[in-house]
Amino acid sequence: MLDAAEKKRLVKKARQLRERIVEVTFTCGGAHIGGAFSQHDILVALYYKYLRLDPAQPAWSERDRFVLSKGHGGIGHAVILADKGYYADKLLDEFNKTGSPFGMHLDRLKVPGVDASTGSLGHGIGIAVGMALGARVTGKSYRTYCLIGDGECHEGSVWESAMAAAHFKLANLTCFVDRNGFSLDGPTEKIMALEPLDKKFEAFGWRVLQIDGHDFDAICGAIEEAQRERERPVMVIAKTIKGKGVDFMESKTGWHYGGLDDEMKRKALESIRRTYPD
Amino acid sequence: MAKAQGLTWTVEDADQMTQAEIYGAVITQMGQKDKRLVALTADLARSTKIGKFEEKIPERFFNFGIAEANMFAVASGMADAGLIPIVSTFAVFSSLRAAEFVRTDICYQKRNVKIIATHSGTSFGQAGTTHHCTEDLAVMRALAGMTVIAPADALETAKAVEAAVAMDGPVYIRIGRGFEPPLHKDLGFEFQIGKAIQLREGTDLTVIATGVPVRHAVEAADLAKQQGHSVRVLDMHTLKPLDEAAVLAAVKDTRRIVTVEDHSVVGGLGTAVAEAIARSGKGCAFRSLGYQDCYSIVGYPDDLQHHYCIDGDGILAAIGEVLKADFEADEDWADED
Ligand SMILES: Cc1ncc(C[n+]2csc(CCOP(=O)(O)OP(=O)(O)O)c2C)c(N)n1
Repeated sequence: MLDAAEKKRLVKKARQLRERIVEVTFTCGGAHIGGAFSQHDILVALYYKYLRLDPAQPAWSERDRFVLSKGHGGIGHAVILADKGYYADKLLDEFNKTGSPFGMHLDRLKVPGVDASTGSLGHGIGIAVGMALGARVTGKSYRTYCLIGDGECHEGSVWESAMAAAHFKLANLTCFVDRNGFSLDGPTEKIMALEPLDKKFEAFGWRVLQIDGHDFDAICGAIEEAQRERERPVMVIAKTIKGKGVDFMESKTGWHYGGLDDEMKRKALESIRRTYPD
Repeated sequence: MAKAQGLTWTVEDADQMTQAEIYGAVITQMGQKDKRLVALTADLARSTKIGKFEEKIPERFFNFGIAEANMFAVASGMADAGLIPIVSTFAVFSSLRAAEFVRTDICYQKRNVKIIATHSGTSFGQAGTTHHCTEDLAVMRALAGMTVIAPADALETAKAVEAAVAMDGPVYIRIGRGFEPPLHKDLGFEFQIGKAIQLREGTDLTVIATGVPVRHAVEAADLAKQQGHSVRVLDMHTLKPLDEAAVLAAVKDTRRIVTVEDHSVVGGLGTAVAEAIARSGKGCAFRSLGYQDCYSIVGYPDDLQHHYCIDGDGILAAIGEVLKADFEADEDWADED
């Protein structure tokens, strides 16, 4: 569980990295910032408390795997990997620029620490199923974590992967749904209804946990609960807010993707500092 | 103001509209007149601009969420009801994610479905390889019964969409992300599916281009002219059926051909033209420009076109090289003429 000091550390890290996402979005001209903020606290909990990693050896075979199946959240992933020491933070100045290793969707062959090149939705979870199955076949103890978008759950392939993970009883796989309620064109329930999402995953054979995806006690509690599970893969449906931390972006369809000018950047940073005071 | 085929958009509009915006406007206007038209997308109403149809005709607009494969199967079923589905998503998802649904449910079953694929080639440059699509022409050309069109600009897109709806059978129209500047100055050009448009007359070499790079081909031909070379430019907007007569005329008249496409050199325009040249049995110096069997890098579309030599500079350089290629000096070569 999470003690007060540790929680404080995670909250602070999450805030600093949110600020970094704003800065990189500003310099790179535009990013999928809304979804980067909704997934953010889950990634921070994983990377700063749970994942067994060695940034000096990105290809270490025993490392825990993390697949960002909603690959457009790449900017959020990239700032974390820089902060973890996989590469110099300065490199992020090149985000989106011609010849840069960093496009909107991260490439595992160009960005150290990235386990799968995602961006086409509905692929990452299948790759994660393969990693978890691979651990079993090779007798390795690493765990596989995956994060999918709620809009991404429209893809039939997500359900094929879900079926396979349950069929093969992959208890070493934990997946999060970033349930921010929006896809690109608008609210998921208006575009293509997903509910009851929990019952769907349950019916597909997963153990389902429902949490507040911005509450570190809840996130850490769910991860530890999943680590204790022995029979089934665990799907953590994390209720989140698209654009979380920046008041003018929160739950706004228009902020799925966007660029920032000086004024917006200043306001975004102010909003983050107000939401997460020291 | 010039009006085209009874529709109310004008050249001035098209000048200000991108390829994507104009097709959104054109299908919306067509949909208001023709109740058989239905518009389908997969959570990309805003990005592809098919969302314009939704604003005006919500009852015949369907958003399937992020589920492309199902959308193409559904389109097949809707066509069975006598409707004309206009299906729009990014090129990579139309041609690769949903490829087998397009082949088996639409082409194989001869369904009257029109696919408008946006963000083709590397026009979505910064998104990276997962969102680039340099294979769609190859895939679509390989599907029996499919008509494949890559319009060069907004005006051509408007005409292509009208022509596609007017014909019976599946059509694949691929356009860029939508920021491409115009090529045609007015509507005074004839657009016919399967018929290349000659944009420059020339006798030394022919550049055959398709899609957005057509503009660069014209630029390169004009520069080559200043250097004393007479370069023909063909806008090969239809990849299938290919205007083989125009290719053969180029072989006969110029004996040197450079093809240009925002696509892999495997399976697209270059391959189609090479096949036509080979079938002709005539000698022809040939070079195909495009992505040379690689995954494209990240970057701004203009930079990428430069990097992969499909911009004016790259085409001009290729023209220079192919003009130098002296195939007739080859000892094994017995020229027929
Ligand atoms: C297969 C596929 N179809 C379409 C897209 C284009 N696209 C990028 S993000 C997005 C919306 C994603 O929604 P969601 O998964 O809920 O992500 P979030 O709201 O967390 O950003 C779409 C449709 C894509 N990347 N992949």
